[in-house]
Order: sequence, then structure tokens, then C-alpha cells
Amino acid sequence: MKLSRKFLSEYVDIDSKISTKQLAEDMTHIGNEYDSCSSLIPATNLVIGKIIECHDHPDSDHLHVTKVDIKTEILNIVCGAPNCREGIKVIVAKAGAQLPGGEIKKGIIRGEESNGMLCALSELGLESKFLTEKDYTGICELGDDAVVGEDPIKYLGLDDEVIDFELTSNRGDLLSILGMAYEVGAIYGKKVKDIDLSYKETGKINFNLKVDTDNCTLFLAKQVKNVTIKPSPDFIKNRLIASGIRPINNVVDISNYVMLETGQPLHFYDNDSLGDTIVVRMAKEDEKLTTLDNEERILSSEDIVITNGKEAVGLAGVMGGLSTEIENNTKNILIESAIFNGVKIRKTAKKIVRSEASNRFEKGLDYKRTYMAIDRCCNLLEKYADATIVGGMVSYNNITDSDKKIDITLDKINKVLGINITSDEVLDIFKRLDFGVEVNKDTFSVTVPTRRCDISIKEDLIEEVARLYGMEKIIGTKLVLPLKEGHFDKVKRQIKNKMISMGINECLSYALIKEDCVNDYTTDKFTHINLKDPMSEDRKTLRYSLLTSLVNIYEYNKARNFKDTCIFEMGKGFFKEDLEYKEETKLACLMTGKYYLGVNNTNVDFYIIKGVIEELLDYLGYKGRYNILQGEVPKQLHPGISAVINLQGKNIGIIGKLHPTITKDEVFVFEINIDKLLENRTSNIKFKEIPKYLGMQKDVAFVVNKNVTNKEIIDVIKKSGGKLITDIEVFDVYSGDKIGKDEISIAYNLKFEDPNRTLTEDEVMQIFNKIILDVQSKLNAKVRNGE
Amino acid sequence: MKEKVENLCSEIKGKMENVSNLNELYNLKLEYTGKKGIITELQSGIKDATDKKEYGIQLNILKTFFNDSYESKYNELNELELNKKLESEKIDVTLPSKRLREGSKHPMTRIQEELEDYFVSMGYDVFDGPEIETDENCFQKLNLPIGHPARDAQDTFYLENEYEKFLLRSQTSTSQVRVMEANKEKGPIRIICPGKVYRRDDDATHSHQFMQMEGLVIDENVSMADLKGTLEGFSKKLLGEKTEVRFRPSFFPFTEPSVEVDVTCFKCGGKGCPLCKQTGWIEVLGAGMVHPNVLRYCGYDPEKYQGFAFGTGLDRFAMFKFGITDIRTIYGNDIRFLNQFSRKDEENEIK
Repeated sequence: MKLSRKFLSEYVDIDSKISTKQLAEDMTHIGNEYDSCSSLIPATNLVIGKIIECHDHPDSDHLHVTKVDIKTEILNIVCGAPNCREGIKVIVAKAGAQLPGGEIKKGIIRGEESNGMLCALSELGLESKFLTEKDYTGICELGDDAVVGEDPIKYLGLDDEVIDFELTSNRGDLLSILGMAYEVGAIYGKKVKDIDLSYKETGKINFNLKVDTDNCTLFLAKQVKNVTIKPSPDFIKNRLIASGIRPINNVVDISNYVMLETGQPLHFYDNDSLGDTIVVRMAKEDEKLTTLDNEERILSSEDIVITNGKEAVGLAGVMGGLSTEIENNTKNILIESAIFNGVKIRKTAKKIVRSEASNRFEKGLDYKRTYMAIDRCCNLLEKYADATIVGGMVSYNNITDSDKKIDITLDKINKVLGINITSDEVLDIFKRLDFGVEVNKDTFSVTVPTRRCDISIKEDLIEEVARLYGMEKIIGTKLVLPLKEGHFDKVKRQIKNKMISMGINECLSYALIKEDCVNDYTTDKFTHINLKDPMSEDRKTLRYSLLTSLVNIYEYNKARNFKDTCIFEMGKGFFKEDLEYKEETKLACLMTGKYYLGVNNTNVDFYIIKGVIEELLDYLGYKGRYNILQGEVPKQLHPGISAVINLQGKNIGIIGKLHPTITKDEVFVFEINIDKLLENRTSNIKFKEIPKYLGMQKDVAFVVNKNVTNKEIIDVIKKSGGKLITDIEVFDVYSGDKIGKDEISIAYNLKFEDPNRTLTEDEVMQIFNKIILDVQSKLNAKVRNGE
Repeated sequence: MKEKVENLCSEIKGKMENVSNLNELYNLKLEYTGKKGIITELQSGIKDATDKKEYGIQLNILKTFFNDSYESKYNELNELELNKKLESEKIDVTLPSKRLREGSKHPMTRIQEELEDYFVSMGYDVFDGPEIETDENCFQKLNLPIGHPARDAQDTFYLENEYEKFLLRSQTSTSQVRVMEANKEKGPIRIICPGKVYRRDDDATHSHQFMQMEGLVIDENVSMADLKGTLEGFSKKLLGEKTEVRFRPSFFPFTEPSVEVDVTCFKCGGKGCPLCKQTGWIEVLGAGMVHPNVLRYCGYDPEKYQGFAFGTGLDRFAMFKFGITDIRTIYGNDIRFLNQFSRKDEENEIK
């Protein structure tokens, strides 16, 4: 909302010592934040001058050499405008003047001295929408009454300052000069002045009005006859310009002017085109209406329309219809001042166009202003459009609002704010706001004016007190609450910390991805989730697997020549199941290039990333409860270099190398479902007695066919070794010339222990030999002899 | 005899001085104490001695002298050899190490954990609800009915075919609703809710996905002054001891009164600079006293309970704290960015 200081001053006196900047700061202090504050015309060092001589420049086909009287001196100025001529009064920018285009300096133009500039209106910093073509092509010609030597901006009435406020959405009342005046009055303790609503009436209105929808609670119509369409007086034009609205003609300008004053949007119909009837109703599906901007709109049953009883002639609160538009030959006018349902207006405006009017309907209106606005229009139309006002008014009124009375105690105010304000201070604040107030002991009975739609409960009044009392006077206190331990999800932090401790970088990426990637990196069957209006196709679908994002990050870094990437992310995967939206926390990891070990850097392979997941799961307390097994893996993984991660019979994740069709690099990934993992409880650490008796160790290497897995061999060893085997460790894996082409040799270190006694060599050998025999027979293995 | 021994001793002393390695030392030993060694032969001459006692004493002096010299030379040579060996084993200590390197913790996680730790130490519980939410939890129960103009401030992502029903949460205040509803029988609440939120917005200072943290305290006598004290404590912790907090009246549908919260600009310390647009203050939070409608919708009696809530964008804090100027860097995951966050950070101590 742009607030013109001159406009505001018509309704509340502001001490001239208070700068506009100060005013803006003071408003911000009570909750009305301003965005900018500046002069309407930012140019300086301008003066009214009269061209007393004008010759063609001897060395140019379009320049003029002039002498300009500015009262204090006569300036030589070279000017290129075609309308530059002797006798006219003009705007002179003296040397040193700051214009939006730069500083004016003395100089020589093609041999002729030039000590200033004669200005076109377009050179002074007005927005282009307020300018016409001649404001660009020629210098500005001032009237004969302009006094040489005085301030031309003042002469034009554009000597105004404008504060642009960013208002909060609850303060619809501040979208009016009157509303602003009450707010400013509350700050400086000034009364708001009366608005002139007087006019003469002639005859009696004859018009039919019907309202056929609950979405219009108040509709007032008044007839005005015999208007003269002409330009508005300067003060109206200038107020509109300062408020950011383009002046058009007196009638249209008055409707905007009154909207700015009162906050009530108005619509003027050409009464002769409209006829003698208005029916307000909801539009029919696919009903058509050509709006003012000459666009054919196709409406829905959600839009409120104004009709002439037969067809739509306007889109209520949003835009008028072309057929009843005010034109230069319009004589008779019907004024509409109404209140429509803000939610409906908001929806319609979102489809069509959001305007000053629709914005005000959305934020809520004061019905008293609806009446005030129509009278104010009549007052101005009579004065500035020679209108004859027809007596009476047709109206529909279904308003149930009345002045709100709210009781509040001093104690409640102090308890909520944590301050010690006195009864007198509170009373003063309510009075400054122009609220009705009665005090009974420490209870205030406050009557809130209808203009303040935002106030309906005690807490709203507390806010009024707080903002006018001064938020800075609230002194911070230490919260006194019973001591208690705060809780947070430790496990998720531990997982992150563990991953980081293994040299892997944590990432944070977007949950929204391309729809056609959502089934990648999983074998699960699920219904994915799309957005209604995505920002782009790249961010349309909620991810199920985090790996898509990690692979993107790997590619991003590879494109920047970073090939050693070890990253992980923990986040949610989303899906829909049985009409319910679900989300599960997942941990994904990607490793490629060198795994950092200083000078011993080693290339990431399957067993390194397998080590990461094992280290994590062991650390979390799942040691011995999970397996990494061949299984069904996603298409995006190498079928031979991949596995499922199985925890107590349930698959909780996948691990493997990216499929060569995705990348030729050696890239390894895993993803586990953290929610599924954490469903399995882990135990407390319980100390086990350290064995008192020394155990015994035996080494053996088995040569088996490559199809036999380490796990199969270990399973046989475990089964055959029984309780006395306490640890089995692989210490060497070999395949090569010394054994068959399809063979592999795996060497094991076996540990035998009995907690109650020392084992004898004989009994250990007996078990050891049994193990060897079992592995040989069950897995067709050979024992590899030392070379 | 005495004279002879004295001569021999000085002879041994001289020879010992010339010995330069263990081999020579061994030969010298043979020369004196070997089978035909000088001392061995002197020993067998005792039987011919006139004064056997004197002879024996002198012989002993000689033997002791030899053995002591030998021992001392032996140790000296040994140490020399060892030093030589150690010298030959010398390595280049400036070559790179062999180690596992710490990975990096994402700056957003760092900020989140730092805030969590602070509030947990003050007895707050941390709660994170779902990211897919109902319109009810995200808006309606927060006093933002369907069609409310303040909804425009948060351009929300609705799910396909779920307009005004299901959405990606646009604020972590949804967790506030969930916790209140789950606790309505139990009374007081002290929580923070950090988490991801989503809004249709993408530029240098806005990302369509970002992180917020909501705080909520409900009890019978929690006041606006307590809110200020709480935010002062937390701002000093996060941004430095000298940080001050300023309230500006504002509007949020879910709080009444509502305030925007500014903190002293940490770049210029309040003097005014481009970052704070010469105001000395930076807006970091929205806050207020929980609106009685919100209390009521979530099962609390507003006549009995009151409380405060605050919400802040963690991305902004991360950007301020680490001096990141473009929010897209945070979600870009460039390795060169991530690598900068692999060490512990200093903490701001409150005195």
C-alpha cells in the first residue's frame, strides 16, 4: 500500500517537524512495516523558468539555443525539444540538479554554452504508466500562472512523499487513507478529521435490485445523472499518481479516489447500457462474460456475477463487463458499493487478475464504509463531474455485524505480556486508537469500531496494547519451568556420526525428483506420489529411494572433475499404500574412486562399501544378526556384484555396483531402510567373563569351485565344529595359476576355546579333522597344502 | 711388578683408544686374555713370583683395569653401532600419513544439532513429524481456514488430486499441532520441531525445500517476556554473547500477539552494513503467544493455558553462521563445499 503524505494529511494532522522517514519508522514500530520511503519526484534543484529568447543552433538541425529567466539569473541553455520556443514557462534543472538520469552539469554543446536543462516530465522520475507520449517527446509546458523562480514540482502539485508499506494480511483496514489516519492518529495522539459526505438530491431512484446468493451480504446502488466526463482536477490526479493508480477521467478517477480514501471498492456502470435491473448471483458453469479488457471469460459456479436480470454484466469484485463500461459519452451512472465474500473473490481473482479492488474484498471490509463510500462518490461527482444525484438508494443488507464489545482485565494483559502496565496507560492506548472504553475496577469494556475487522477476542486487544505500549519495553525473563531431561532421537545422530567417522560426507538433497526415476534403485512395488502443480518436471515426484539423488550428486561432481566421491544421505522415502501416505527413513551411501587412506588410498570396491555397512550395523548392535546375500536386486545394479542386506530373515536394503549401462566407472552404493532396521531392538552391553583358559588356533585353506561362497564354507565349519569353535576369520583369498581356473582358495583361521578348561591338542585335532572332512565332502573342497 | 702393571695399563689404555669397532675390540681381548694372552701368561707366572701376594694384587689391578676398559669400550662401540643402524633407518617424516579421514557433517545438520543440543539442555523435547501432512494440521488447526488470505504467504505444494487435503508441509508448525493433540491430557509442553519444509519458491535466498525449526512452550503462566528471554538465550548461544533481540509487532494467524524477531546484525555488530541494510538488525524469527483458537482446536483450554511459539528458518542461520550467500550451494552437494565441514566448529559460550 502506497501512502501519500499529502493524502494522509487531509485526514490527520502530522507535525511538519516529523519527517516522512520518521513517520514510516514510527508506523513500523507499531507493526506496519514499510518497504520504502521516498519523494514522489526524486529530482532536485529544479526551478520554474521562462524562455525569453530561442534561436536555432547554428551547428545543428534540431537544437535550440535559449536564454531562460529563472528570476535570480538568466541562463543560456541548449535544448533539443521540438516544442521549445520563446515565451513558454518551463521546468529548468540547474547545474548540479540530480535527476534519475544523472547529474546536470554546465557544458558546451556544439560550441554553445549550456548551463542547465529544460525538462520533459519523463525526465523527472515518474513511473512510465503516468506519462503520455508528449511527456517523452517534448519539454513540459507550465501554465501562465506558474511563477518564475519557484518550485515547479510544487506548482504541479507533485511535491509529495510516499511510503510503501508491506502490510500484514489481517489489516485490511489499512488499505485506506482513513485507516492509515487512525493508525497515525494513535501514534501521535491526533483525532481523525471528518470526511465531506454532503450533496444535494433530486428526484427519486427507480431501480430493481435482487441478490440471489449468500456470497453478497451488502449491496448498495445509487443513480447519478448528467455527468460531464473530463479530466480530473489536479489534486485527484496527483493523489492517484502518488498512490500508484493511473488517472483516466474524472468519473473513473473518483471511483478509485474514494476506494483509496475509504478502502471500499466501487463500480460505476453506464446506467443507460445497464438498464433498470441488477441481479447478483453465482455464475452458471461455462457462462460467458466479456470483461473491460475485452477478454471473453468463461465462468464457473464459484464466481459471483452481476447481471442485468438476463446476462452477466460484471464479475463481482474483480472486473466490470465491457457492455456497461463508462465511456466518454456516458451521461448517467449507477454506483455500486457492495460487500462480497472474500474467499470467493480471492478464487476468482486468482484466475482472472488480482486488483486493488479484489485485494480489498479478500481482506475484509467495514460495512459502514460501504455506505460512506457511496455518499463520498456523490459528493465528489457533484463537485467535479457536474452530476445530479438522484434521491434515495436501493439496497440489500444481510449484514449481521455490529460493534464488538470485549471485556479484558489488566491482570490478563500483564500475565500474557509479562509486563507491569498500569490501568491508566491501557486506557490511554484504547483512547488513542479511538476505541470505545469503559473501566470498571480493573476490567476494561472495549467497544471495537467495525473498521477493525481483525479484532474479535481478548488476545487481539492485548496485541493492540503491546504494539502501542512498545514491544521494546517487554524485558526478557528466564522461563521458570520444572527441571526435566530433554529428549531427542539419538540413534539417527549416531548413524550419521558413524558414517562420517568412516570418512563419508553427509549430503542434503531435494526430496522432489523426476517422475520416471522414482522406480529406480528398488525392487519394491509401490504407488508413488506426485504433486498437484509441480514447479517443473524435474521436481514432480516424491522420491522413494535416495540413491537417485546420490547418483545425481556423483555426476555433478564428476562433471567438475571430482572423481573420489564418498557420500551418504539420510532422509525420507515416500509412497502411498491403501490410500494412506507413508514415509520411511532411509540411509543411502555412494562410494567411488579412491577411498581416502592417505598415501595408502585404495580404489573403492564391493568389499570396501560392504565394510562400511557392516561396521555401521555392528556398531549399532546388530552384529551376527544380518547377512549380505545374493538376492533380487534393482536393475540399476550389476547383477553379479550386488546383494541384499538381510536382517533376521527380512530384507532391509541393497548393496552393489552400479550397472555398466548407468556408468562405466566403478561406483558402489547401498541403501537401507532405517525404520525397518530400528524395528529390531538391540541389547545392552553385558560383560562376558574373559576366558580363563587359553584357546588354540588352527589354519586351513580350502580350494573350492568359484560358485561355492565363503558363507557356505563357514556354515559347514560352524556346524561341524560345534560349541568349541569361537571364531572363524578369513585371512587370505586366492585365485590364480596355482589352482584351477574355476577354483578359489579361501584360508581360515579357526579359534577353539572352552571357558572351563584347557583344550588338549588331541581333541582339537579331532574336531579340526572333522571340519576338514565335512567341508571336503559337503562342498567338494580340497585342502590346499603349503607350498 | 707394580711398574710392569702400570706400563701395561697405559699400553692397554692407548690401544683401547685406537679401537674403532667390535672386531678390533675382540682381537684386543684375545691379545690380553686369550689362551696365549699377555694377562693369561702373567697369571701363570704367579707360581714363580717372589712376593706372591703383591703379585696377585697387581695382577688383579691389571685384570680389573682391562675388564673395565673393555666393558666401557664395548658399550661405547655398541651404542655407536646402534646409532649408526638407527641413522640408516631414518625416514622422511614429511611424507603423507596413512589414516582414515573424518567425513563431513552437512552444515544444516550442524545447525540443527547445535540448536537441538541447546534446547535439550533447557529441558525441551525434539519432535519431528511427517513431511506429508493434512491441510488440517498444516493450516486449519493453526487458525488458517480454507480461503484465508494469509495462506498466500506460503505457496504450498498439494499432492496430486488432493487439493486442500494433503500437502507437503510448508511449516514445521504442523508438529506443534501433533504434539499438542497427543499431550492434551498431560498438560505442559516444551518442544522444538526441526525439519524439512517445502514451498513453491526458488532463487538465491529461497529454496523450494528448506529447513525450519518450530518451538512451543505451553503452561499456565508462560508470557511474552518469557518468549523474549528464551529467544535472547538462544540467539546469544548461536550468534554470540553480544547479540540482542528486538520484537516488532506483526501478524501470524496462529499467534496473538505476534512478533517478528530481529537480532543484532552479526556482521557489523549493529553499526549498520549492507547485510542488514544499514539497520543494524536482521530478521530471523517469527513468534508470538499461541492463539486461543489453536489451543482450543488442539484440545487445550485457553482459559487455563497460555504459551508461546516461535519458528525460524535454519537455512538462514546456516547461511549467516558460515557466510554462505546462495542457498542453492547448501543443496548443491559440491564435494568442495562438503569437504569444508569435516572438523569441529567453535561454540559460542555464554558468560
